[in-house]
Amino acid sequence: MIVLSAKDLAVGYEGKAVLQNVNFEVNVGDYFCIVGENGSGKTTLLRTIVGLIPPISGELNYGDGFTKTAVGYLPQQSDVQRDFPASVFEIVLSGCQNGLAHKFFYSKSQKEMALKNIERMGIGHLAKRCYRELSGGQQQRVLLARALCATKQVLILDEPVAGLDPEATEEMYRMIKQLNDEGLTIIMISHDIANVKKFANTIFDVNQIPETISVQGGVSTC
Amino acid sequence: MLEMLFMYLQYPFVRYAIIVGVLIALCSSLLGVTLVLKRYSYIGDGLSHVAFGAMSIAAVLNFTNKMIIVLPFTVLAAILLLKNGNNTKFKGDAAIAMISVGALAFGYMLMNVFPVSSNISGDVCSTLFGSTSILTLTKEEVWISGIMSVIVVGIFILFYNRIFAVTFDENFAIAVGTNVKAYNFLVATIIAVIIVLAMNLVGSLLISALVIFPALSAMSVLKSFRAVIVFSAISSVVCALFGIIISILAGTPVGSTIVTADVVLFLACYLLGKVRG
Repeated sequence: MIVLSAKDLAVGYEGKAVLQNVNFEVNVGDYFCIVGENGSGKTTLLRTIVGLIPPISGELNYGDGFTKTAVGYLPQQSDVQRDFPASVFEIVLSGCQNGLAHKFFYSKSQKEMALKNIERMGIGHLAKRCYRELSGGQQQRVLLARALCATKQVLILDEPVAGLDPEATEEMYRMIKQLNDEGLTIIMISHDIANVKKFANTIFDVNQIPETISVQGGVSTC
Repeated sequence: MLEMLFMYLQYPFVRYAIIVGVLIALCSSLLGVTLVLKRYSYIGDGLSHVAFGAMSIAAVLNFTNKMIIVLPFTVLAAILLLKNGNNTKFKGDAAIAMISVGALAFGYMLMNVFPVSSNISGDVCSTLFGSTSILTLTKEEVWISGIMSVIVVGIFILFYNRIFAVTFDENFAIAVGTNVKAYNFLVATIIAVIIVLAMNLVGSLLISALVIFPALSAMSVLKSFRAVIVFSAISSVVCALFGIIISILAGTPVGSTIVTADVVLFLACYLLGKVRG
């Protein structure tokens, strides 16, 4: 079953394409990785996929699992967030915002889900701590827990290991792989090709358009 | 001292000033946290200059109820500034500076070219520093301020979770389907209403202080968003009350006294935050 497919897609800003002839398919349970050098347009592609900017031309088709209420997104951190006065729990709970629908306040079950995802990321002891006091790796886990609150099927990650030390990087990859094994479809950007090859089952290199390389085997998907 | 205070409290205009002052301090502090975090600290200044410009148009056109002109103009300017959130061509500070300086110059020029009274500099001064207007409030104005404050606080509580989500991460909110534009619009409208109300209290120059100081005080000592909001609301109300009472007893200008109280509290919080690390 296809979660997301692109056909002759061009992406960019204000009518100017930075990347064209994009063709790919992402299936349920895939670990799909978009790689490319800095400035190659992979972040632009991801921003188009999550709907922050409109595509310039071509098609981007979303499958059943890819609805706004079933997708989790881990954006790159902004300056505003680094010194944000909010507790870990408050931030993770905000991942449930797509489940608010027409209600004003979070339900008890949404709060429990937030706590469960905090535990799942191994940061239960930090739940009441202030976000700005955490290390880079811990902050990424908080944002990942938030994305998990928002998703039922698809997890979209924008350079999840950027700025992390080697140990935290490895831990992050291990966690993402585990989530993939549990059935989540992963769509990720990275320029760390060496690591990506170990985990992803499909790699889409934006520098090698129109051909795409498919790395098969190694990792089994659900 | 206390006797003197009770004597003053017998006058309705003193009671009105205290009620309106506290309400405005409460409202402005609620959104202050969001504005400071979104790097829009100066929006209070910018919008109040727009309100000043609009007010001079109303004065020249001889409107008795200036609000009819001032409110729509200020709301419009706020929406223009905030509608695209962090994804704008002109970044927050530059956009605010442009609108602010432009409106101020325009308003002052208008007042000079079409003078409505013989004391232009007096008019300008009281619009900017709100020197006496809080002591000349009518009963109707107190009611309007009261109703507006209830609406602002109500909306803020109802949309608290979404305001938090949009403040912390606009892009995530868009990706998961939250209508970020609508909430930016909501925040812009509320802040414009607050600023127009607050001009009566502290005048346009000191509004920024009411918006940012309580937020900064709270942010330097507290660690969760809810605690920051609650503390900034309480501290703003306390400072306003304190400031108004002192200004009555000591005869100092109301706006500057309130802001001085805010500054002192901020310094105390900042030092406390440093000491605790």
